[in-house]
Amino acid sequence: MASVSLSEAEKVYIVHGVQEDLRVDGRGCEDYRCVEVETDVVSNTSGSARVKLGHTDILVGVKAEMGTPKLEKPNEGYLEFFVDCSANATPEFEGRGGDELGTEIANTLYRIFNNKSSVDLRSLCISPREHCWILYVDVLLLECGGNLFDAISIAVKAALFNTRIPKVRVLEDEEGSKDIELSDDPYDCIRLSVENVPCIVTLCKIGCRHVVDATLQEEACSLASLLVSVTSKGVVTCMRKVGKGSLDPESIFEMMESSKRVGKVLHVSLQSLLHKEESLGPKRLKVGFLG
Amino acid sequence: MAMEMRLPKVRKPLSETLGRDSKKHLVVPGDTITTDTGFMRGHGTYMGEEKLIASVAGSVERVNKLICVKALKTRYNGEVGDIVVGRITERRRSAEDELAMRGFLQEGDLISAEVQAVFSDGAVSLHTRSLKYGKLGQGVLVQVSPSLVKRQKTHFHDLPCGASVILGNNGFIWIYPTPEHKDEDGGGFVANLEPVSLGDREVISRLRNCVVLLVTQRMMLYDTSILYCYEASLPHQIKDILKPEIMEEIVLETRQRLLEQEG
Repeated sequence: MASVSLSEAEKVYIVHGVQEDLRVDGRGCEDYRCVEVETDVVSNTSGSARVKLGHTDILVGVKAEMGTPKLEKPNEGYLEFFVDCSANATPEFEGRGGDELGTEIANTLYRIFNNKSSVDLRSLCISPREHCWILYVDVLLLECGGNLFDAISIAVKAALFNTRIPKVRVLEDEEGSKDIELSDDPYDCIRLSVENVPCIVTLCKIGCRHVVDATLQEEACSLASLLVSVTSKGVVTCMRKVGKGSLDPESIFEMMESSKRVGKVLHVSLQSLLHKEESLGPKRLKVGFLG
Repeated sequence: MAMEMRLPKVRKPLSETLGRDSKKHLVVPGDTITTDTGFMRGHGTYMGEEKLIASVAGSVERVNKLICVKALKTRYNGEVGDIVVGRITERRRSAEDELAMRGFLQEGDLISAEVQAVFSDGAVSLHTRSLKYGKLGQGVLVQVSPSLVKRQKTHFHDLPCGASVILGNNGFIWIYPTPEHKDEDGGGFVANLEPVSLGDREVISRLRNCVVLLVTQRMMLYDTSILYCYEASLPHQIKDILKPEIMEEIVLETRQRLLEQEG
C-alpha cells in the first residue's frame, strides 16, 4: 500500500485529534470525504464506473463473455476479478511493485462475492452445463489517496449496476444441435440486480477510537484495521483484519456495529445517486476524463 | 455521520469565472513567443533560429524589454535565502553523526531551514543557524506546488486567528498552534507532545482546508490571502469548505477583498 512517512509529533497530533472527534480536515470519525461517481465512462465495455474519493481514483470495467459453466455449478455463471495497480498511482507500483496489492484486493473481492445472494448467478446461465455468461470485472487504480477498498467496492457496485448483457436465445433444430441467437436490437439486454451487492467499509483503529475513510496520513498512524463487507440491509458478508497491531474483542464488536450503520447510509446514497444518473437518460452530459 | 455522493461536474475555465477580458498568452515548450529580436530573454525561454522559443509550459510575462515565461507547475528550484520546510528521508551514517544527532533528529522529522548555497546540479545546502529554524513539533503539513507560494519578506506568520503558519518556498506549508511564550533566552526545541486544545485544532483544520481551497483554485498563497479566505469561510462548517459550491462562494469573496485591498 502506498505510504507516507510522518514525524512523531505529527502522529501524536492526528491521534489526539481523533480522540476529540476532530480530524485534520475537520471531519468527524464517521464522516466520508465527498465521493464522485460516474458510470458508462468506457465505451467498449458492458458496464463501467469511475469513483473519486478525495485523492483516490478508481476505474472499473465489466465485460460479459460467453463461456462454459464451472463443473460444480452447472446452472450458474460467475464473476472473475482482476485488479491492476497502475504505476501512475504511486511510484511504489512501478514494474511488479503493485502485483501484491492487486492480488490482495482481488482475493478480497472474490471473498465478498462468494455467497448465494450477492449476485443472482442463475440469471447468467444460458443453457445448463453448456453456456453461461462470465463477467470479467477489471479494476484499475489510477490514484492512491487512502481508503482503497471502500472506493473499489463502490465502483464495482456502480459498474455492475451499469452492466448491460445482451439477450440471447438458444434455438434447437431437429438434429439436436443448438444455435445461439443474439437479439437484433442493441438495446435489448438484461440488467443485473445489485440490491444485495455488498460494499466494503474500512475502519482504522487510531488510539482508542476508530475512523472511517482514512487518508494516507491517518493510515500511517493506525496499526490495525478492520475491513467489513456490508449489504444494503446491514448484513455482514465477510470481515477481515489487516495490520500488524492487535484488536481486542470489544473494539471489534464496536467497529462491526459502526460498519453496519455506516454501510447502510453508504448504500442508500449510492442507490439514489445511481438512479438519479439513470433518470437523466441519454441527455446526460458525460464528464469522463477530460471534463 | 455525513456521507455525500454526487455526479462529477464539468470544470469551467478560470477566465470565465473571473470575467477577465485579456486572455493570458499560454505557451508550451517549443512554442514561438516572438520573432522580434529586440527583447531580452528571461527565465523559461531560449533563443533559437532568430526567434524566442519557450522552454516551459506557462504564461508569457513581459516587463518592458524583458520576456519570461512563468511556469504553471514546477519542481522547486532553490535560491539562496529561501525558507524551506523539509522532511528527513535519509541520513549520513558515521560515528559522530550517530552519537550527536540521532537523539535529536530522526528519519521522518520535519525541519524548517534556510537555503545557504545552490550547487550547479540543482542540489541545495541548508542551514538552521538561527533560533527560529529547526525541528517542527505538532501541526499539519500541506504540500502544494512551489509556484503558488508568493515570495515575501518573511515566511513565518502568526495569524490573528490563533495559529501560525510557515510558507515554505518549496511548497511545503506548515500550520501549527502558536507557541504560548517565546523564550528569548532559551530557544531551541522542546518536545511538546501535550494534546492541543480543541479551539486551536479547529483553527488549524480550518486553515488547512482554506490552503487546500486556494490551491485548488490556483490562487497565490501569502498571509493576506490565507487570512481573507479564513474569514470568508467562518460562516461554514470546517468539513463543508471543500464542497464545490461552497468553495466557489468563498473564493469569490476572497478575490473581491483582495482586489479592494489592492485598489
